[in-house]
Amino acid sequence: MSLIALIPLFPLIGFLINGLGYKKIPKAIVAPVGIGAALLSFITTVLVYFQFKADGQTIIQPLFDWITVGGLNISFAFQIDQLSIIMLFIITGVGTLIHLYSKGYMSHDEGYGKFFAYLNLFLFSMLLLVMGANYLIMFIGWEGVGLCSYLLIGFWNKRSDFGDAARKAFIMNRVGDLGFLIGIFLIIRQFGTLEYLSVFEQAQGLEMGNISIMFITFCLFIGAMGKSAQIPLFTWLPDAMAGPTPVSALIHAATMVTSGIYMVVRSNVLYTLSPDTLEFIAWIGTLTALLAASIALFQNDIKKVLAYSTVSQLGYMFIGLGVMAYTSGFFHVITHAFFKALLFLGAGSVIHAMSDEQDISKMGGLWSKIKITAATFLIGTIAISGLPPFAGFFSKDEILAHVFEHNKAMWALAMVGSFMTAFYMFRLFFLTFTGKFRGTKEQEDHLHESPSSMTIPLIVLAGLSIVGGFIGFPEIFHLPHALADFLSPLYDGSRAVNPEFGLVHLSHSTEWMLMGFSVLLAAVALGVAWFIYVKKETQPADPSQLGGIKKVLADKYYLDEAYQIAFVKPVEKASQFFYSTIDKKAIDRVVEGTGDLTSLLNRLSTKLQTGSTGFYILVMSIAVAAILILNMGTEIADQFFSIFNAQTK
Amino acid sequence: MTDYLLSILIFLPLLAGFIVVLLPKSLEPKSKFIALAVSIINLLISIYLFRAFDGSATGYQFMEQKPWINLDLGNFGTFSIQYLLGVDGISLPMVLLAGIVMLAGAVSSMSIDRRPKAFYTFFLLLTSSIFGCFVSLDFFLFFLFFEFMLLPMYFLIGIWGGERREYAAMKFIIYTLVGSVFILVVMLAMGLSVNAPMNSETPTFTFDFRHLADAKNYISGSVLDQSSSIEWLGWPVRSILFILLLVGFGIKLPAVPFHTWLPDAHVEAPTSISVVLAGILLKVGGYGFLRIGIGFFPEEALNFAPWIAGLGVVSIIYGAFNAIAQDDLKKLIAYSSVSHMGFVFLGFAAFNNEGFNGAIYQMFSHGLLSSMLFLVVGVIYDRTHNRLIQNYRGLAGKMPLYTGAVIIAFFGSLGLPGISGFIGEFFSLLGGFSSPHLSKWFPSIAVLGIVLSAVYLLWALQRMFFGNFWVNRDLKDQMHDLNIKESILLYGLGALAILYGVWPALLLDVTNKSVEFFLQSIGQ
Repeated sequence: MSLIALIPLFPLIGFLINGLGYKKIPKAIVAPVGIGAALLSFITTVLVYFQFKADGQTIIQPLFDWITVGGLNISFAFQIDQLSIIMLFIITGVGTLIHLYSKGYMSHDEGYGKFFAYLNLFLFSMLLLVMGANYLIMFIGWEGVGLCSYLLIGFWNKRSDFGDAARKAFIMNRVGDLGFLIGIFLIIRQFGTLEYLSVFEQAQGLEMGNISIMFITFCLFIGAMGKSAQIPLFTWLPDAMAGPTPVSALIHAATMVTSGIYMVVRSNVLYTLSPDTLEFIAWIGTLTALLAASIALFQNDIKKVLAYSTVSQLGYMFIGLGVMAYTSGFFHVITHAFFKALLFLGAGSVIHAMSDEQDISKMGGLWSKIKITAATFLIGTIAISGLPPFAGFFSKDEILAHVFEHNKAMWALAMVGSFMTAFYMFRLFFLTFTGKFRGTKEQEDHLHESPSSMTIPLIVLAGLSIVGGFIGFPEIFHLPHALADFLSPLYDGSRAVNPEFGLVHLSHSTEWMLMGFSVLLAAVALGVAWFIYVKKETQPADPSQLGGIKKVLADKYYLDEAYQIAFVKPVEKASQFFYSTIDKKAIDRVVEGTGDLTSLLNRLSTKLQTGSTGFYILVMSIAVAAILILNMGTEIADQFFSIFNAQTK
Repeated sequence: MTDYLLSILIFLPLLAGFIVVLLPKSLEPKSKFIALAVSIINLLISIYLFRAFDGSATGYQFMEQKPWINLDLGNFGTFSIQYLLGVDGISLPMVLLAGIVMLAGAVSSMSIDRRPKAFYTFFLLLTSSIFGCFVSLDFFLFFLFFEFMLLPMYFLIGIWGGERREYAAMKFIIYTLVGSVFILVVMLAMGLSVNAPMNSETPTFTFDFRHLADAKNYISGSVLDQSSSIEWLGWPVRSILFILLLVGFGIKLPAVPFHTWLPDAHVEAPTSISVVLAGILLKVGGYGFLRIGIGFFPEEALNFAPWIAGLGVVSIIYGAFNAIAQDDLKKLIAYSSVSHMGFVFLGFAAFNNEGFNGAIYQMFSHGLLSSMLFLVVGVIYDRTHNRLIQNYRGLAGKMPLYTGAVIIAFFGSLGLPGISGFIGEFFSLLGGFSSPHLSKWFPSIAVLGIVLSAVYLLWALQRMFFGNFWVNRDLKDQMHDLNIKESILLYGLGALAILYGVWPALLLDVTNKSVEFFLQSIGQ
């Protein structure tokens, strides 16, 4: 058994142990098994990385022939290359930290073992998603993480609104998956295979703008819209915050929701061939980034703010992909994984300290009470706001520079979103950690810093949020862009089909100017937030008190209500119509009608059987006479007579 | 002994049925063990056949051939009906499925205490005729078993069913008899048109599947001669007969709009009979249509491909919408069966490897999953005699084992990768997409079925299993978790569904070559 196969195997074993032994395995063993599985997986990833780095060649690890139908052969194989190895580091690395954090966070929960089993199953599915060497394995992981997301959002399923959130997430993702599935079918039609290497090699022979590639990339992107929460399939992600906070951090911030970006970067040859799809992606990303950021401005639930922020940041990643800056988009995946996991875990630590309170209007002044959480949360806030030299600054700035080159209007919108991001994040920070405490007396007495199993992950992630951006210095710093150099072989195909790929035309002075402008904007947003929430001590408004545009934003543009009217109600109506009108009234009426007809004939014929011979003879004579009269001279009469004559002779 | 394995599959249950009839009153409670033993033996034989089958060979294997009825019609020719058995990669998965489902049915019916002797006699007769259907290679013999299934089924629903059992049984009989008449007409026409290739001066009329599948054997000028120009009401007779088969087997499958017997039959049938009905009886429709409808009328089938696909797609979508409207769990699952069996017709209409393999896989998988689903309903019904979804809430906390099984069955049914349903639906759809005979609209619309199935299954899951525990009426004390028998049944089937979900080669190695050969023989 090769090392590579061990990476997903550990979490699978962890899942089986904790899943099958649920309620029988003592708590003291559950956590070591769960965390150990993630850690072993991480260690194996490191080993595989060195194996891979030795010659830098893509490793294909076939495990077995999986499905053979007719001419189609789908192998079960893993692919280790630059892209998957980075994803592996994120998944197993951040995954291990979050498993560790869960040990403390979930310690009082009765579903402790179940929780670790699900988390391990998630890791397994997510690893399949990024390690598979063909689109079918990606799809299996894709749906697998959807299942785990469903199970974990609805983890506390005694609350029916949590169940609703879980169901909504699964069904919305299913809508996206449907696109992904059609994309897979189209790939088979076009290329006769699903193996990445073969598909991308064949694709290099096609010309730009190929119509079937456009369909393929578009359909696959529909899948990404679902999984990565883009317009119009994003409304599940904020609701998904019903799940325990470690789940929000791992699945709904750091890993699963970035699958869409992974998929596009993985298929970069196909996307480069289809500029129309890319343009579409860029605009969807822009609108999502802006829409979600504007909703986040007036949310009072600490996790909801972070959730909309995630949707918005995912939008930025797609903007990057849409303008063909694949590396920049993926760079943001990496830095976002650090700082957003940090922010969510920080939020979890706050919620833990606040006795399960999530409303920031009841918080305030927590800085002195939970110092580690507060300091690390501040680092995350700076990182996401794009202030140098923290991680978010580098990745976001790189995206914005590419957007500027691509389309100035799009850049302007992205800058607006960026301003809002810095504002709502500092609003969140100030309202939570500064000023006076606004909660109840009991909450205040109970305030405490979280145990070390929770703060260690915070500190590690804070460190990564500080230095994570250094893997990609901008060119103007005259320092290496390690990430771009590392990922470069992935884009050989894109370079082959589009000679323009990867060329930057911005002058250094423009780039300095852009960078200066975005830093200035973030600083202004910080200042405004400070002025409103610290200087003037403005209290967060009760959403029901808001009016005008603020109310629309706080109520999320009424999208949920609109979807209810546009989709949910019509489906309910249609199903009622199909059942009670067509099935019961139309089809069954016909079926029962045949039965009724038979019994009617039966009743009529019964009446004829009077038992009186005279009656029978009468009827017979009438009938014969009728036949004779009606068919006089016709064949029947002739025949009748000929038979009659023959018999009487 | 091994030369007669297929005969044993048929005659062992038949013989056991006679023994049960003759059991003295004092031994009547033992009849369930006879049925159980027979089911186990049949399953073991099926597994043996499956293992011993040579997947790389074409044609039928384990064949048995005996002349049965030979009618000498003088100058007119000879009428030859044979006792002819055999399996290929298309029927063998159905034989294995029959083995699994009949055992599940036998185990789950062990709690039947009303007139067990009669029940098990009918059950064994049913077993015999189901196996007979899948291993017969003579149209006459096939039809005999096909018809013979109706009788025990009618009584099993009509006597051991629920409140409206007589209505349901009657509806079942009317529908299926109509279907049978259609198939009978085709069979008679076939018998008069096909000459076994033998060196005799007078024709030998035959029902041998192998001869019926070969266009050369059709007597020129006969009703079913390929080049026959005989018409009826302006339609070529061959097309009319094909439509008869489409409707006849479509009723059994069932395809919308010939499906309304199914929800009623299921709702009234006892759990074990629902399991048999959904698990294996419906597959006779799919199998028969493939073997006879497509196999013997390839050109007509191809011409009607959009209609076949249309029936499939309508069933998928319409069945799913109807499932959404249900508040009786058993009815919901019955309509989900209509929806999932729609993929079978879609796969057939594709006329390619992917589609046919997908359709067969879908039948097999649906057999496992629908058995599981009806057992799931049975668990609730046994405890409370009530199946209304709104009467239950939060069962997850009270019945964790049960909930685990339900989650496997539901997610398998909604096509989650890793469980068998995904493979079947994936390849049926893929077949549709890669078929030159179909518009891409068919599979594109059918894909919506996977979203709709998530809608109704998750809705049911949430309403019944999540939230705080609450049960209508004073039934709380009866809501105990699965007992050993139920656990073995549900988790056993669940394990099989997962096994065939992650290791599809188990089945595909058997079907692949036969499907290829079948496609060649129909000129694809």
